[in-house]
Amino acid sequence: MADISLSRAIRWDTVVGALLVVVLLFSFGFVDGFGNALNLSFLIGNTLPIALIALPMTLLVVSGEIDLSVASTAGLSGAVMGALWNQGMTIEAIIPICLLLGVVCGLINGLLVTRLGLPSLAVTIGTLAAYRGIAQIVLGSDAVTDFPSRYLEFASGRIGDTSIPDAFLPFLALLAIAVVALHATPFGRSLFAIGASEEAARFAGVRVKRQKLLLFTLTGLMASLTGIFWALHYASARYDNATGLELSVVAAVLLGGIDFDGGKGTLGGAIAGVFLLGALQNVMSLQDVSAQSQIVVTGVLLVLSVLGPRVARQIAVARAGRRAAGSPPVSRTPAPTP
Amino acid sequence: MTHPSDTGPAPVLALKGISRSFGAVRALRDVSLELFPGEVHALAGENGAGKSTLIKTLAGVHRPDAGQVLLDGAPVVFHGPGDARDAGIAVIYQEPTLFPDLSIAENIFMGRQPRRAFGRIDHRATYEATAALMKRLGVELDPDRPARGLSIADQQIVEIAKALSFDARVLIMDEPTAALTGSEVARLFGVVRTLRDQGAAVLFISHRLEEIFEISRRVTTLRDGAWISSEPLDGMTEDDLIRRMVGRDLDELYPKQDVSPGETALSVRRLTREGVFTDVSFDVRRGEIVGLAGLVGAGRTEVARAVFGIDRWDAGEVEVDGRKLTNGAPSTAMAAGLALVPEDRRAQGLVMDMSIERNIGLTGLRTTVRAGLMDRGAERSRALDWAVRLQVKYARIADTVDTLSGGNQQKVVLAKWLATAPKVLIVDEPTRGIDVGTKAEVHRLLSRLAADGVAVLMISSDLPEILGMADRVLVMHEGRLTAEIPRADATEEAVMAAATGRTAA
Repeated sequence: MADISLSRAIRWDTVVGALLVVVLLFSFGFVDGFGNALNLSFLIGNTLPIALIALPMTLLVVSGEIDLSVASTAGLSGAVMGALWNQGMTIEAIIPICLLLGVVCGLINGLLVTRLGLPSLAVTIGTLAAYRGIAQIVLGSDAVTDFPSRYLEFASGRIGDTSIPDAFLPFLALLAIAVVALHATPFGRSLFAIGASEEAARFAGVRVKRQKLLLFTLTGLMASLTGIFWALHYASARYDNATGLELSVVAAVLLGGIDFDGGKGTLGGAIAGVFLLGALQNVMSLQDVSAQSQIVVTGVLLVLSVLGPRVARQIAVARAGRRAAGSPPVSRTPAPTP
Repeated sequence: MTHPSDTGPAPVLALKGISRSFGAVRALRDVSLELFPGEVHALAGENGAGKSTLIKTLAGVHRPDAGQVLLDGAPVVFHGPGDARDAGIAVIYQEPTLFPDLSIAENIFMGRQPRRAFGRIDHRATYEATAALMKRLGVELDPDRPARGLSIADQQIVEIAKALSFDARVLIMDEPTAALTGSEVARLFGVVRTLRDQGAAVLFISHRLEEIFEISRRVTTLRDGAWISSEPLDGMTEDDLIRRMVGRDLDELYPKQDVSPGETALSVRRLTREGVFTDVSFDVRRGEIVGLAGLVGAGRTEVARAVFGIDRWDAGEVEVDGRKLTNGAPSTAMAAGLALVPEDRRAQGLVMDMSIERNIGLTGLRTTVRAGLMDRGAERSRALDWAVRLQVKYARIADTVDTLSGGNQQKVVLAKWLATAPKVLIVDEPTRGIDVGTKAEVHRLLSRLAADGVAVLMISSDLPEILGMADRVLVMHEGRLTAEIPRADATEEAVMAAATGRTAA
């Protein structure tokens, strides 16, 4: 009965991984047009933006925080990129500026959360609106499409005649870095501790605020990288790029077994969640399910993925409580405040 | 050591031959107990002896597998806590659960307030009923005061008043004094005596033996789920009681070794945190155990927090081994060789749903590292090494710490900090809420650490512990150090006098 949480987390990972395999096998077998190389490259290419942001988002949620402004940061980066390109700057000069902008966006979120002690959910809903608003001010309703072809080709091209996008390899490198950072470094260890009990982490000498600030900054950086990729991948920089992407990212990460309350989950699970969501969206598109209905499905998945592990854990606790001596599970629930 | 079958009044509540198992664990085996009106009955036993299960059986939470619960001599079956409450049985837990935003009166009459016409709540009647309850208990608490901000002692009194409002005839108090100061305990005992004299039967549980002797007339002892004895306390000594609880003679509870102190390891100079503590200066030398005594709220914990860097200080300085510490930075304090075993082990000492291994590992994030990555082998062997050295009782090192008993949890906190090889160890209430056997182990450990040259600062509200373990006693009162008493002169009277500000020492 011991170690409910760990065994539960492992099982949830495995469940999502298995589900991904099942969905892929089913789609290869029964969904027309799923298995061809072009569709698979669409699937991966469309999922990459979610996957890129999911990397820092996973670390952030593990540490008990969240950033809902990521899609707006991505949109703002794309918009600034378009505006500066229209001004005649070179793309090599623009990209670092956009990345720096992402860092600033993340830093603002992080400072508001760590210095003023505001809840990240509220802060980043605010900056979600603010960053998107700035994007519209910067670019208006223009769409910038004439980026250098070398960059456009990289962002939408495939490796040889496989269905794997060129951009997938850099993503794998970033994924490897994130996996190691979360699961094999002292930094990652401290994030789990912060997420499970911020106070206990502080009493163990963990520099909680510094770690969180770093995470928000990294998230901003990755969001702007995603914004740049988005504009190049779809060859269109608009202020409303990536609108609503935060919903997919958060849904995928939670679906992958990252506990919304922090302290639990694995990056492998989160990425399995991302591609599961990506595959489902792809299949729905192939079946001509409207974009609106897809959003409904994503939203329902989000609620279910918050609910699922919680119900599973309660069942496990109840079972353990019945088996073990001592406290029944009821004692775990604090008295409600009226 | 016989069952109580004295003449006198009939027991209001009795357990006869109660057994209760959870899976393979036999939590209670053939336990009997009789509670008489107008009497305080103590329940003694180490952690895991079955006290909680027994209480929950009385309170209708658990149903016994075998045996009977007798109310006024007649067998009853409680199908839930509501049944027990309706039968006049109330349980006061260690940590009350009041609604913080409601007033005392509203908390007491939650869901059954007196009504006026059209179902409106009659505030005046609620207020007056509460005031009457408070008067009956002999305490002064304003019924209109919100529960938020009440001390734990006052919250317990509200819970007791609530029990009275249900016409409770049996009051079960599960370690009510664990978080109380000396004067709060005295006040609580006053209330308990009042209730007793009004004819209530009280079952009292405490780890503090002197409290058992002070308030109770009889004691029932449990060990490993089995009934050991029920007997009057008259003529018993603490050692007798301990022997019944642990089933063997206990090594000395305060095994303090004589040590000649070395050079200064912790030096605190004129430390001030505005409105919390003022101008606090003291040294702790290698090999010394310095006790820090005082009432709860005197600022002892706050000084420890500031020294370790959890809170910032406004003035003063702290040196560990000659190195000045940075204000508000626990990581630099750790690096200088300072360790803090905090007061609240569940919220501060441990990450409850992380494993024993990871909890101990949390203080090694800078040391069990190879090429920037966690060295899992080193992390595990460090955790195993210290868990074994401190004799933590666990099934697997990967089990979460919330599966451990309180005493073993405290050992994990100690293990986590001893693994950093600290030069200075601050322990805040190191034995609060842990059983007497583990308590002796913790004391032996502190004594041995001091003998090995560690400077120990021990904050404790347990006066015998301070007097038994400390080479010197510092006393705080209202945010200031009011006395420094060498071991030879440290008596309960001297410490209490300084703690309550009645001294010129």
